[in-house]
Amino acid sequence: MNAAPIWAAFRQAFAEAWAGGAGALLPLGFLGGAAVLVPLGIGSDTETLKAVGPGIIWVSLALSSLVTLERIFQADVEDGTLDLWLQTGAPMAAVAAAKTLAHWLAAGLPLALASPLLALMFQAQASLDLIAHLGLYALGSLAFFFWGGVGAALSATVRRGGLLISIIALPLYVPTAIFGSLAMTGGIGSDGAPMLLAASTLFACAVAPYAMAAALRLAAD
Amino acid sequence: MLCILWGLWQGLWIVPKDDYQGGDIMRVMFIHVPAAWLAMVSYSGLAVASFVWFIWRHELADIAAKAIAPLGAVWTALCLATGSIWGKPTWGTWWQWDDARMMSVLFLLFLFLGYMALRASMDSRQKAARAGAILAMVGAVNVPLIKFSVDLFTSLHQPASVITADGPKMAAVYLTPLLISGLGHALLFGGLVMTHMRTEIRERRIARLTAQALEG
Repeated sequence: MNAAPIWAAFRQAFAEAWAGGAGALLPLGFLGGAAVLVPLGIGSDTETLKAVGPGIIWVSLALSSLVTLERIFQADVEDGTLDLWLQTGAPMAAVAAAKTLAHWLAAGLPLALASPLLALMFQAQASLDLIAHLGLYALGSLAFFFWGGVGAALSATVRRGGLLISIIALPLYVPTAIFGSLAMTGGIGSDGAPMLLAASTLFACAVAPYAMAAALRLAAD
Repeated sequence: MLCILWGLWQGLWIVPKDDYQGGDIMRVMFIHVPAAWLAMVSYSGLAVASFVWFIWRHELADIAAKAIAPLGAVWTALCLATGSIWGKPTWGTWWQWDDARMMSVLFLLFLFLGYMALRASMDSRQKAARAGAILAMVGAVNVPLIKFSVDLFTSLHQPASVITADGPKMAAVYLTPLLISGLGHALLFGGLVMTHMRTEIRERRIARLTAQALEG
């Protein structure tokens, strides 16, 4: 087995994230914009903002992952990169996983890193909790990127597949969103929520690459 | 069809009024519960058919999946609508975002719609079948989540009361019409799926014969 194409895919996705406009700054800007608009839209009542803050960040994470993933495989289909990958004989699931992971490092992780700052904007108390939440956001966004990658791979050949990727990926985001917000709000049955969140993320990382690979082989036909 | 009518008639007029549960409105159960069962079963059917097609490439499995999707969406929507109608007088709300079961069924509906949208967006039948199969199999994660959502998370819904470890927990006077109504819904669903499949098979045959005629 030749690992070079996998590494190349990783590097390519990482470089892509900083090139050509739709880079890693786009989701960050999206996240910031959403977070700034919310207090303007619902008023600046401290208690309200405190209550909705963590959830708003989850929603923004999910949406910004969709925004940035929309074209992740489309360009490879268009310029023939995908065909070359298939010819090298490298396992397609590994290539897809490498590309998604690189994309998450460039565009997903910064979102999680920005979360304490946003939480402070939503009147959260500055405490170590924010750092723990950062970890949860990072975990959850990894699942968002992998499921979103499935949607992106499935709609790779579709012109203007933006709506399609949303409707495909959103149902898959449900477990992550549920466990993620449970882990933060501390309601009933939230004791195991961080573990369940980790489990659903691991599941996404295990299953999604194979679904992506199947979808990409289909796109290359 | 007869089973549905009989189940409805039983449910609406014969079954004693359950004062504890808010009187006449509980009669919605005889539509709501079968619809919910079918919503879950039909998605399972979609996933299994997709799996079979993906592994063995048997054309009938794809035809079945294609037929199930719109019907499953209809029954899922029916389940949500009747649930809303039932929930308003009983729990005082049309919709409760905290309720895990409502949420998971809503996303089941989105899965059905997404499946159909994805199939419609592909330019060839073979591609539509493959893309749809991938999505249906990935989305199958949701089904157990729905089934056990009332036991896992807090919910307004009661825990399982028909299929439990020690038999049904309902009085026979409710259970019998409920099961018959369920059977009726299942038969109607099955019949419609068969009709869709027959139509699809004929359409494909027409396409093939037309192609042959053009060549010959």
